[in-house]
Amino acid sequence: MKIFVCIKQVPDTETKIKISPDQTGIDTAGIKWVMNPYDEYAVEEANKLRDANPGAQVWVLSAGPKARVVESLRTALAMGADEAIVINGEGLDNFSTAKALAEVIKAEGGMKIIFTGKLAIDDNASSVSQMMAEFLNVPHTTVVSKFAFNGENVTVERDVEGGAKEVVQMMTPAVVGANKGLNMPRYASLPGIMKAKKKVIKEIEFSSLNIPATDIKVKYSGMTLPADKPAVKMLSGDSSAQAAELVKLLRDEAKVL
Amino acid sequence: MGKVLVFAEQTNGKLKRSSIELLQAAAKSGNTVVAVTFGSHAGDVTAAIGHNGASEVHVVKDGALDSYNPESYTANVVAIVNKVQPSIILASASSTGKDLFPRVAARLNTGVASDCTQLTISGDNVTAVKPMYSGKAFATVNFENSPIKIVLMRANQLPVEAADTSKTANVVENTNAATDLKTLIKEIVKGASEKLDLTEANIIVSGGRGLKEAANFKMLNDLADVLGATVGATRAVVDAGWVGHGMQVGQTGKTVAPTLYIAVGISGAIQHLAGMGSSKVIVAINNDANAPIFQKATYGIVGDAFDIVPKLTEEFKKALHH
Repeated sequence: MKIFVCIKQVPDTETKIKISPDQTGIDTAGIKWVMNPYDEYAVEEANKLRDANPGAQVWVLSAGPKARVVESLRTALAMGADEAIVINGEGLDNFSTAKALAEVIKAEGGMKIIFTGKLAIDDNASSVSQMMAEFLNVPHTTVVSKFAFNGENVTVERDVEGGAKEVVQMMTPAVVGANKGLNMPRYASLPGIMKAKKKVIKEIEFSSLNIPATDIKVKYSGMTLPADKPAVKMLSGDSSAQAAELVKLLRDEAKVL
Repeated sequence: MGKVLVFAEQTNGKLKRSSIELLQAAAKSGNTVVAVTFGSHAGDVTAAIGHNGASEVHVVKDGALDSYNPESYTANVVAIVNKVQPSIILASASSTGKDLFPRVAARLNTGVASDCTQLTISGDNVTAVKPMYSGKAFATVNFENSPIKIVLMRANQLPVEAADTSKTANVVENTNAATDLKTLIKEIVKGASEKLDLTEANIIVSGGRGLKEAANFKMLNDLADVLGATVGATRAVVDAGWVGHGMQVGQTGKTVAPTLYIAVGISGAIQHLAGMGSSKVIVAINNDANAPIFQKATYGIVGDAFDIVPKLTEEFKKALHH
């Protein structure tokens, strides 16, 4: 049984963001790149499923500039994934990325379950898993915090608004978008890291996938940093005075009451 | 001028505010506004949809669509899109919107911009702005090779005016287009809270480690009740098991954009700021004057939350109920 995990490499949360001169993206100099946090839950769940199913294999995929993206793939290998594939390409949007991932998964064949993170923290778009499921013509569920597989179907819990949950059953193959709460991702062990370093990562050129240029649907421009906030107004006096002053300001100045 | 299709969401027969925002924005653009809504309560919201600017509303009044299913919803949205032929589709970046429309976009071979905070419609063109990198940058989304431009908007980003009850929409009944589903919704487990979800709330009162223990969230609940607010929390508090993950605001929790965010005992880790930084007015209450939350706040109070919060609750009561 092949279990696929699609991951994305994103700037670390603590990294300072600078805008590129043409304002279509960010200045990547000095950026610390990490595996998207939600993808760690996806890798962990795939590993757990593999461990419970003798003979199963975890294949981890990522699309992006090969030179840096392989680092996140090695992290996934060090966490326990068996094989890794990099789709080398730049300037891909969610649509073309989803199509490329779907094409490669189809070509590798025999997929049973595909895990992704529920969204990537760089563009916050939460769209690749659903698009990929559509291109593969398989069901999907996103924002999943509980997963079970009975050999044929998967049953998942999906977090929705107001703390509600939906229990969803899907026929396999199926795409599952992982949320926080699904599991506790394992740390990469030292032997795992050593083994990951020696692994050969399969390379596929995006341009070899015959995906037309018209499959890039969204581009960014005019990227700007947020406007400076006015300085905070600190309230003085004892707690009663502060409470009264705050209510007055919220009503009369900020006009939010 | 073209047509704008608005995906209208409802809770138990009441049109969601986020959908009203979209209907009114579409109507203001001068385009013909067509809405779509599903389920056995679909008929309950058609009047409100008309009052808020749609001239036509497509309904599929099938109880099978009462709960969201990606496959059946995709089939039905696509069937109606093919009939209506809109140039723009607007939907909320809600649980349903974010899950459904990427799949719809893939099937329609078109682009989707998710989680947008600004919207400008000019004829058939739409420009949307969305936060990137956890709100550390903002980007304009340009559609290319997209016959239909699909924009998913965060709640509470667009103004809402009073509905015009003299306006009505022509109701078009459709039959359920879905067949042979591979996805089955087995059960819906209701949430503990009857309050608005954090992502839709207009006012949020949030607590962090400064509250010291789970029981002290009662103080925030009391304040929230007076304000009609939803209660949120930081990751530290969720990880400590004081409250459920559904209440977490931040990078691995929910991204929120209320009008008023009151942060109590929250120091302001960058992951938390990522989730609430686009709140319009931020109040920070913390006993550490150097807490990073004060750099994001509009109003700051340095002091003991256990002293200030109950007093604030009393002040709000007086201000809001006289």
